[in-house]
Amino acid sequence: MDCADVCEAGPGTRPLPAPEGRGAQGPGPDRSAPPPATLKILVAGGFGAGKTTFVGAVSEIEPLCTEELLTGLSEADDPLEGVESKTATTVALDFGRITLDSRHVLYLFGTPGQQRFWFLWEELCAGALGAVVLADTRRLADCFPAVDFFERRGIGFVLAVNEFDGGHRYTADEVREAVGLAPEVPVVRCDARLASSGTRALAALVHHLLTTARHPRSGGPT
Amino acid sequence: MSATRATGATSAVRAARAARATGTGTGTRTGPRDTPWLDDSAGRVMRPYTATSGRTRPDVALDLLSLVSATGVRPRTALGPEHSHVLRLCAAAAAPSVAEVAAQLRLPAVVTKVLLGDLMRYGAVTARAPRFLNDPADDLTLLRAVLDGLRRRL
Ligand SMILES: Nc1nc2c(ncn2[C@@H]2O[C@H](COP(=O)(O)OP(=O)(O)O)[C@@H](O)[C@H]2O)c(=O)[nH]1
Ligand SMILES: [Mg+2]
Repeated sequence: MDCADVCEAGPGTRPLPAPEGRGAQGPGPDRSAPPPATLKILVAGGFGAGKTTFVGAVSEIEPLCTEELLTGLSEADDPLEGVESKTATTVALDFGRITLDSRHVLYLFGTPGQQRFWFLWEELCAGALGAVVLADTRRLADCFPAVDFFERRGIGFVLAVNEFDGGHRYTADEVREAVGLAPEVPVVRCDARLASSGTRALAALVHHLLTTARHPRSGGPT
Repeated sequence: MSATRATGATSAVRAARAARATGTGTGTRTGPRDTPWLDDSAGRVMRPYTATSGRTRPDVALDLLSLVSATGVRPRTALGPEHSHVLRLCAAAAAPSVAEVAAQLRLPAVVTKVLLGDLMRYGAVTARAPRFLNDPADDLTLLRAVLDGLRRRL
């Protein structure tokens, strides 16, 4: 999507469809077809664990960075405070997209792992398939908040060990033991810079979800 | 050495996790990275939002994954540059998500939602809410389709 082209529409061209276009053959997707389910996977982990790299590598679109406000939200329970006049700090979310086939589009959100950002996670977790938690073995404890969060909410996840150069190579079992993961949670190795490696981590997550589905519904075609 | 370290890490981990589970911790780690309120994982600091006249509460319910598209209706009021930019993005052939619009605008999602809310009130933009499944992780047919789709990319 290159919006600059649209902005620079020359004289005689219409930057926007005419009002009559509404209803007839307006822009946008075909609204008669039932919308496919929106699929979402979260990529969590501590600072520097490789979330931005991971989302950028597997995404088919330019890695995008969406921001959310940090300040202002803490004041949200003050009904008179509708106007934010101070400077506000933002928190960045990595955003990516993978079109799997004509009916399935997977969205990825890379979310900062610290607990103070959990207000963001609540919206992001709604309807999410599951999560990939990235762990950097040099700072393993940074992934604990994310692990705790998904465990408590019963959201399926895999632990993807991002092995940085110079980091000690632990076995999967050593990592599992150190993090205190349940035996069924997969621990996979991952190089967040490689699309194939990231895609394998996502596949490991979905495979895990398939094997642990609690109330399997294999109903009609989706 | 690695073995000792792993064991050491394990007990530290357990303690941290236990503290967190029982709520006895303050919720902040004592590691060096989490000490300041603003660390590298927080984003840039923004100036006030002239585009929204300072409003940071959207009056419409929009999800980050709601798809927004232009209706073709031209707003009667003159649009500022940010509103115009949003409207152009919404006029793309494939309706973008709110998250994509926000990323292109380089504005926080909540501010983008305020702008989109204005355009929706003018009738210039419509939004389609994402259709989330209640228990997507329990829908085997869906999961198989996703797994197949991912494996085809390998
Ligand atoms: N060697 C190596 N470096 C990585 C890997 N993943 C990320 N990096 C680098 O680590 C740094 C932090 O990664 P980033 O994706 O920004 O982490 P984030 O804070 O979780 O978003 C960047 O300089 C990356 O290039 C990896 O798998 N291996
Ligand atoms: Mg990042």
